[in-house]
Amino acid sequence: MAALLRVRELKTHYFSFGGTRVVKAVDGVSLTLGKGETIGLVGESGCGKTTTCLSIVGLLPSAARIVGGNIEFAGDELTTKRPREMRRIRGGQIAMILQDPMASLNPLFSIYRQVAEPAYYHQGMRSRLLRERVKNLLRSVRIPSPEVRMREYPHQMSGGMRQRVVGAIAMAGGPKLIIADEPTTNLDVTIQAQYLDVLKDIQQQSGVALVFVTHNLGIVAKMCDRMAVMYAGKIVEQGAVRDLFRDPKHPYTQALLGSMPKLGNKEPLYAIPGQPPNLAQLGPGCAFHPRCAHAMPQCSTREPDDRPIAANWTARCWLVGEPVRERYVSATA
Amino acid sequence: MSAPLLELQNLQKYFPVSTGVLPRRKIGWVKAVDGVDITIGPGETLGLIGESGCGKTTTSKLILLQETPTAGTIRFDGEDVSVLEGQELMRYRREVQVVFQDPYSSLSPRMRVGDIIAEPLEIHTSLSRQQLQYRVAEVLDLVGLQPEVARLFPHEFSGGQRQRIAIARALATNTRLVVLDEPVSALDVSIRAQIMNQLEHLQQTLGVSYLFIGHDLATVAHISHRIAVMYLGQIVELADSLELCEKPLHPYTQALFSAALPSHPDERHERLTITGEVPSALNPPSGCRFHPRCPHAMPCCAIEAPVRKPIAAEHTVACHLY
Amino acid sequence: MVSTLDETPVSAATVVSQEFASVPWRWTRLVRQLPILPLAILVPFVLIALFANYIAPYDPTEPIPGAKIFEPPYWMQGGSAHALLGTDFQSRDVLSRLIFGARVSLIVGVAGTIVAGSIGTALGILAGYLGGWVDQVIMRVTDAWLALPGLVFAIFLATMVGPSMWNIVIILGLVYWTRYSRVIRGEVLSLREREFVKLSEIAGASRTRVILRHILPNVLNSTMVLASLTIGVVIIAEASLSFLGVGVPPPEPAWGSMLADGRSMLMVGDWWLTVFPGLGILLVVLATQLLGDWLRVRLDPQLRNM
Repeated sequence: MAALLRVRELKTHYFSFGGTRVVKAVDGVSLTLGKGETIGLVGESGCGKTTTCLSIVGLLPSAARIVGGNIEFAGDELTTKRPREMRRIRGGQIAMILQDPMASLNPLFSIYRQVAEPAYYHQGMRSRLLRERVKNLLRSVRIPSPEVRMREYPHQMSGGMRQRVVGAIAMAGGPKLIIADEPTTNLDVTIQAQYLDVLKDIQQQSGVALVFVTHNLGIVAKMCDRMAVMYAGKIVEQGAVRDLFRDPKHPYTQALLGSMPKLGNKEPLYAIPGQPPNLAQLGPGCAFHPRCAHAMPQCSTREPDDRPIAANWTARCWLVGEPVRERYVSATA
Repeated sequence: MSAPLLELQNLQKYFPVSTGVLPRRKIGWVKAVDGVDITIGPGETLGLIGESGCGKTTTSKLILLQETPTAGTIRFDGEDVSVLEGQELMRYRREVQVVFQDPYSSLSPRMRVGDIIAEPLEIHTSLSRQQLQYRVAEVLDLVGLQPEVARLFPHEFSGGQRQRIAIARALATNTRLVVLDEPVSALDVSIRAQIMNQLEHLQQTLGVSYLFIGHDLATVAHISHRIAVMYLGQIVELADSLELCEKPLHPYTQALFSAALPSHPDERHERLTITGEVPSALNPPSGCRFHPRCPHAMPCCAIEAPVRKPIAAEHTVACHLY
Repeated sequence: MVSTLDETPVSAATVVSQEFASVPWRWTRLVRQLPILPLAILVPFVLIALFANYIAPYDPTEPIPGAKIFEPPYWMQGGSAHALLGTDFQSRDVLSRLIFGARVSLIVGVAGTIVAGSIGTALGILAGYLGGWVDQVIMRVTDAWLALPGLVFAIFLATMVGPSMWNIVIILGLVYWTRYSRVIRGEVLSLREREFVKLSEIAGASRTRVILRHILPNVLNSTMVLASLTIGVVIIAEASLSFLGVGVPPPEPAWGSMLADGRSMLMVGDWWLTVFPGLGILLVVLATQLLGDWLRVRLDPQLRNM
């Protein structure tokens, strides 16, 4: 199956202090996404998931640069595109949904104007056709009485409704891919559930592919087919959601799953010791090894490569794949 | 059963709403807290769960004496808190502390960590400088930080560490009740488990009680002994934590459970039956406040507000279905 | 189960400070961050003012023995090396008067700013934190004070109490405190709602303690920025007062009075009597403004990061 999005060994670095300090925000990320698939990009703050998304849509801040790898979207190479070309792709073929709906919506313009904008620019729709399209979009995100609502302004709507409008704007340009960056973080639990249902509906109706960036594994469990776990700028494990939840191979994935409180379960949570790493001062070897319960001597000197576990399932860990020569001898052996 | 440490009886807090221009006329009341009855025992954690606008923040402000109740009483150790003055009031302030959600604004940026933790001690006791240092080191050790960090400033710490410092300050004065207002919501997932475990360990060691306010069911259920579910200023269900997870009775609680995220892709939840948004507390629905959104609403629900009554041991619900 | 932890605090700030320590030429790094231009102007002036007694070639209040009046600077025709920048109408050395004048200007500028800043910050904190009628009273007083024309009011006060350097300091402090109270009050209003202040109140802290321990240290940044911007204004005010004759009394040299004295000779072409003190005022005020700007940019983003 031809992949819709293929990212290969992407490296994006932040440069500060006149180039003397380099933060390797994204350091060799590879992922593939097919048409209509949903992939969850999971990780904690600072792991590089937002930078990966910004690299894909070409919205990196001036201090950041893609220094390596390529991003192939529908057969097109995105890293070499000029800003003008990226502007045509953004909103049209690739859309983004951000975390704060209030920041994504312009308080001065009506809902109609904001939802219509992508359809106007990217699909060239006008007048009556455009109005119908806006109404249909609002209906598809389950906003009641769209004819009335579209004349309103953002401040007249609740948080959940605003986020749904943002979803409608994302769909307006007819994208093939939507990147959602923590869209439900500020929403209440029941509103979040409604919103995720809406996203699922949109996806089933239109067949759009979805990259869902989140730190919440529950969302991934509910929404995604595949997931990629990121740590310190690299993907440490990638595969089908079911596989990773049932039998995670990378210690960080195991730790994340173990630290989730489960309803009705009072067992102590597994707390990952230590702190997330400082990206400007990464040592040699695996970035996770200081906090890893299964660290071996070689983990501190040699960085593991992406090792296959099964079809479409890889993990960046010496514990995976071929047996390793230096084994950590436990006291009970 | 030992006497409760904190008791809220029929607590009400109404905020007046008036028109903006002169003359200012009152046009209504925001009934933020409308008849809340809960108790917390010594060494116990009561979870308070609800969505935005349910009144949980106002409840915590009432307990912390940042607001005065419109009606009802708060009793601490059996004594009415509203009549406390002078020494008694200081004792209450010493024994009831709070930890807020945002670790980045809870610590004074220009004070050293040691001074921040020592502040409640300085206010309430007359310990010498050396005794203060000793106690600060003791408390830092309790939350898993090294005593040397006392001379550093808050901006040198990560979010999780700052939250530990906030917890250390809350415990410095032999506190008996800590109000935890979404203490882990702003933290990274891997740090949350650290803090949760730390809180549980501290409870076992020190016998301190917690009021754990949160919006994530799984987190609240994990740490709480009992859980109170709040909706539009009222407690709709209160039960033992495990019992609630097994048998949620109130339709709103059931909706919260069905809306909760699964912990496994194969986990099936009931279909979400709740619709619409939380109505404003300015004009709450008549009768049972949940009836407009309730899938099991009956005619009597719009007329008469249900009273909370016990269904099983340690399990009370406010619903006409029972 | 309590987890074991790695206690070393790790954050961007520590990384930066550690980097500073590790780089061998850390002084160069520090120097590169300082505002060169303002400091290049101010530091020499401050040094000149401090060591005026040793630097100035003559006593500024006494005429140079054997010199003529209105001698031009030494590089012009008629000038000589014994009075490098010329002499004034009492054959006093312009250079020495310039040097001692710097001392007056800087002292009045700094001291006046300190007085204004203290009064204004204190009132701003009280108004912002205590609120209620205290706030109303202080704000109305501020409003009323602002309605007074600053310099005119200063002249009025100066003529009332009689001129002397320290009187001028107090007077200018009384004129310029309003700039602070408004701004500081605004900051305190938002500070008051920050969680660490609320936590202190919940813990039972008295209002005095909250103000001294939490509010004051956090408004000092703004106060310092305002102060650096006010110094220039105060210096110009002092110069104006001296120019009008109600400032520092003669024969004490002050740039403003030097301007006044030399004004009439401009027509005849004796420019050195006014241009040099004028340049002095210009440079010092410019430098303090630039410094204030730099401080404002430097301090604010850090505040936001916290």
